[in-house]
Amino acid sequence: MSKLDSKIPEGPIDQKWSKYRSTVHLVNPANKRSLEVLVVGSGLAGASAAATLAEMGYKVKVFCFQDSPRRAHSIAAQGGINAAKNYQNDGDSTYRLFYDTIKGGDYRAREANVHRLAEVSSSIIDQCVAQGVPLAREYGGLLSNRSFGGTQVQRTFYAAGQTGQQLLLGAYSALQRQVGSGNVTLCSRHEMLDVVTIDGVARGIIARNLVTGEMEKHFGHAVLLCTGGYGNVFYLSTNAMGSNVTAAWKAHKKGAFFGNPCYTQIHPTCIPVSGDHQSKLTLMSESLRNDGRIWVPKKKDDNRKPTDIPEEERDYYLERRYPAFGNLVPRDVASRAAKERCDAGYGVGNSKMAVYLDFAFNTARYGRTEATKRNIQNPSQEEIMRLGKEVVKEKYGNLFDMYEQITGENPYEVPMRIYPAVHYTMGGLWVDYNLMTTVKGLYALGEANFSDHGANRLGASALMQGLADGYYVIPYTLGVYLSEEVSRMSAEKDKPDSIDKLKTKHPAFDAALKEQTDLINKFLTIKGTKSVESFHKRLGLIMWNKCGMARNKQGLTEAISEIQALRREFWSDVRVLGSADEMNPDLEKAGRVADFLELGELMCKDALHREESCGGHFREEHQTEEGEAKRDDANFAYVAAWEYKSESNWELNKEELKYENIKIAQRSYK
Amino acid sequence: MGSGHGTELNLTLKVWRQKNAKAAGSFETHQLTGISTDMSFLEMFDVLNEKLIHEGKEAIAFDHDCREGICGACSMYINGRPHGPKNLVTTCQLHMRSFKNGDTIVVEPWRSAAFPVIKDLAVDRTAFDRIIASGGYVSVNTGNAQDANNILIPKEAADEAFSAAACIGCGACVAACKNASAMLFVSAKVSQLALLPQGQVERKERVKKMVAQMDEEGFGNCTNTGACEAECPKGISLENIARMNRELTAASLK
Ligand SMILES: Cc1cc2nc3c(=O)[nH]c(=O)nc-3n(C[C@H](O)[C@H](O)[C@H](O)COP(=O)(O)OP(=O)(O)OC[C@H]3O[C@@H](n4cnc5c(N)ncnc54)[C@H](O)[C@@H]3O)c2cc1C
Ligand code: SF4
Ligand code: FES
Repeated sequence: MSKLDSKIPEGPIDQKWSKYRSTVHLVNPANKRSLEVLVVGSGLAGASAAATLAEMGYKVKVFCFQDSPRRAHSIAAQGGINAAKNYQNDGDSTYRLFYDTIKGGDYRAREANVHRLAEVSSSIIDQCVAQGVPLAREYGGLLSNRSFGGTQVQRTFYAAGQTGQQLLLGAYSALQRQVGSGNVTLCSRHEMLDVVTIDGVARGIIARNLVTGEMEKHFGHAVLLCTGGYGNVFYLSTNAMGSNVTAAWKAHKKGAFFGNPCYTQIHPTCIPVSGDHQSKLTLMSESLRNDGRIWVPKKKDDNRKPTDIPEEERDYYLERRYPAFGNLVPRDVASRAAKERCDAGYGVGNSKMAVYLDFAFNTARYGRTEATKRNIQNPSQEEIMRLGKEVVKEKYGNLFDMYEQITGENPYEVPMRIYPAVHYTMGGLWVDYNLMTTVKGLYALGEANFSDHGANRLGASALMQGLADGYYVIPYTLGVYLSEEVSRMSAEKDKPDSIDKLKTKHPAFDAALKEQTDLINKFLTIKGTKSVESFHKRLGLIMWNKCGMARNKQGLTEAISEIQALRREFWSDVRVLGSADEMNPDLEKAGRVADFLELGELMCKDALHREESCGGHFREEHQTEEGEAKRDDANFAYVAAWEYKSESNWELNKEELKYENIKIAQRSYK
Repeated sequence: MGSGHGTELNLTLKVWRQKNAKAAGSFETHQLTGISTDMSFLEMFDVLNEKLIHEGKEAIAFDHDCREGICGACSMYINGRPHGPKNLVTTCQLHMRSFKNGDTIVVEPWRSAAFPVIKDLAVDRTAFDRIIASGGYVSVNTGNAQDANNILIPKEAADEAFSAAACIGCGACVAACKNASAMLFVSAKVSQLALLPQGQVERKERVKKMVAQMDEEGFGNCTNTGACEAECPKGISLENIARMNRELTAASLK
């Protein structure tokens, strides 16, 4: 029997959620006040969950490693958030968003979860606007939309190139309001180092105060991990520097299965690497593909300036290969196409590992429209471009500025040079329909779980998912479990050593605390010769070369032994200075890299076992004649949920994916 | 054209080191060679920290996360200016091409009584969180919202609110101000919500509470020097302070 029970409610897909939601057990208000919920993470998922649960009456504690919850990585999201509002009257619907997401995920996501996501998407926009989030508006005062990849409707809401910032500040304000009224205790500059389980049930966490170094025990009736993705296992990614897998990984080692770890999203439009000093990569939002055209020269090693290459000598390869979607194909497809051109020798820039993203065409188009609007007769080419630039600036100004800061080039004048980079991880902790992991009482929300995006996430869907999980899903599904907790608590009311009386005095807390303290001391006593950073860089290189955009059996097998060797070297030769009882960023990073060194191995094992190509997972052995990903639905239409046994030893569990509402088909964007 | 063509710089760095809030701090001098002009300022610090670790010395602590100019974590006071010599740029987006070979660069933490130093270049800015908690929100519980398009917002108002909402909470305005005033930060949030229909109901209460909390945190008074606006990496305008003063006057008149 499978150890996995996804707990998908019965009934037709479009009624599962509404029916479930109105029949789940509730927790009465008086009991809520005695129930403590630990929320680890203050990004969109964590902040929205914490604020909402506190509004409902639960006692909530929030943890984040940044100095303020407002700085969670969600703040950096640029392009937008999807919702099936159909405000543009272009044929959008809940079903269409559901369909696009399943198809975009290359038929590797769970239908029921995705449908629920599409259903609640509209309410998210309503809630954010009510909070005062300044989403972009049209002149008539209505909300504005833009297009994103993998869809043919305009359903993406945005705030210039700062959508994540504005949505997070909305959720952060809601959270701070609860902090102000005493319903939430905020623990910023805290890092969760372990989940504490008692008889297999999550009862709290161990966290380190990053200012004083103090190790702390925190009790909770439920623990919510909203700790983001693990793209930084590749060292270079578009994620914030601090993004890491520690919380999810420690939970994994305590019994939470890890779902589809190898599903990584490589984003097609990022600023290319400029040298060895590179510490992170910067995304140029997908929304730019609305108005930019991607091309390379038709001639190999063409060293002319892009503006000197005439139209007929340019290869708009996405438009050529995918006429139906053109520049708006999904990310995995666009990334591979860029790699294909560069590998074949058509890349541009000094490294030749870049392609052009060119705005001239659409700038001119906007310019002409503006000229007409302003009644300018026979505008000169210069005038047209000037007017067009104004429009482009309003839409993407902050992104263009960022590009110029980083590269020293002006993208209003010359095309941007871009290349794919690691961006998002679809994999994550396996969760059931309630968002509970395989550890009772332990939940995973947002990017930290595996749930909604299958093998490839569509743009503007992560913000939607994080907020759906936090505002609209967990407030209901948590009650399913906590109502059981209420019964348990009342049954154990008179037990002198009940969990509720002992709380953090339970020996399990001391054991976990000691284990983590020992680990920290171990880092400090190795006193080796190589920095933590250098190990991270080396791991990243292995991952990028052998478990990146294209993977094959030989490379993955090599990567596994290389990672094991690197891990051994780390544990005998890492140098971590300073002490444990103070702020020590290097020590923090040591813990994170140690966990990445284990995760990397599992990712490679997962990629090796999945003998097919799907979404972001491209196995060179499995491609069509045209170089497209070739799925194997007969053998791999399942979620791979890995169970940790011991070092380098995992057991594979499978959750079969059933498609009852969508006909599973070869994905085509041609 | 293009990248990878950075020239290399030799630099002298004077960096503030301070073990913790109680310890006295001092400047430490380091020589760096071969710094590519393509590097960001924080990548230059990465190089320095690697060098220190290699020499068996503790790395310099500083706040940073997104390195994209949006999270507001980075906070270095560089050659007498918060976020360094370029306007409208955060420390993390400052690149070494803004410096010349042979330069001496002095790097300090934000200095303000309300932002105590935690270690080296990292300071405690939780006062900002408490100011937001005192009133920087619209009181709307999840699940109570009407359809988003029922609230019509003129584009100009939406854009103006957005400009104010672009504040990243970095605290450069405080660091730049000789009085260590937080008026620019507070007024940005007050303005955003005062400009939008959603913010009207709590408009008066909000400004009073937020200003009271600001005073309680120990930020100084505003004497209109404009240093905050000049150093703000997000171009938050002094207009917001004027608006907040009007809001406060209106709120105080019953
Ligand atoms: C540059 C960029 C642009 C993007 N643009 C878009 C976009 O336009 N649209 C879209 O839909 N998606 C976008 N994404 C993806 C999206 O931003 C993320 O997937 C999403 O914001 C993740 O939110 P989250 O709440 O799950 O986690 P995060 O926002 O990553 O938050 C994680 C939280 O967990 C905390 N945490 C982590 N580990 C610990 C620990 N051990 N102890 C304590 N706290 C911990 C952190 O402090 C933080 O508060 C973008 C991503 C990037 C990198
Ligand atoms: S107003 Fe400007 S300087 Fe002040 S916190 Fe906001 S972004 Fe930083
Ligand atoms: S590190 Fe985020 S703004 Fe500089």
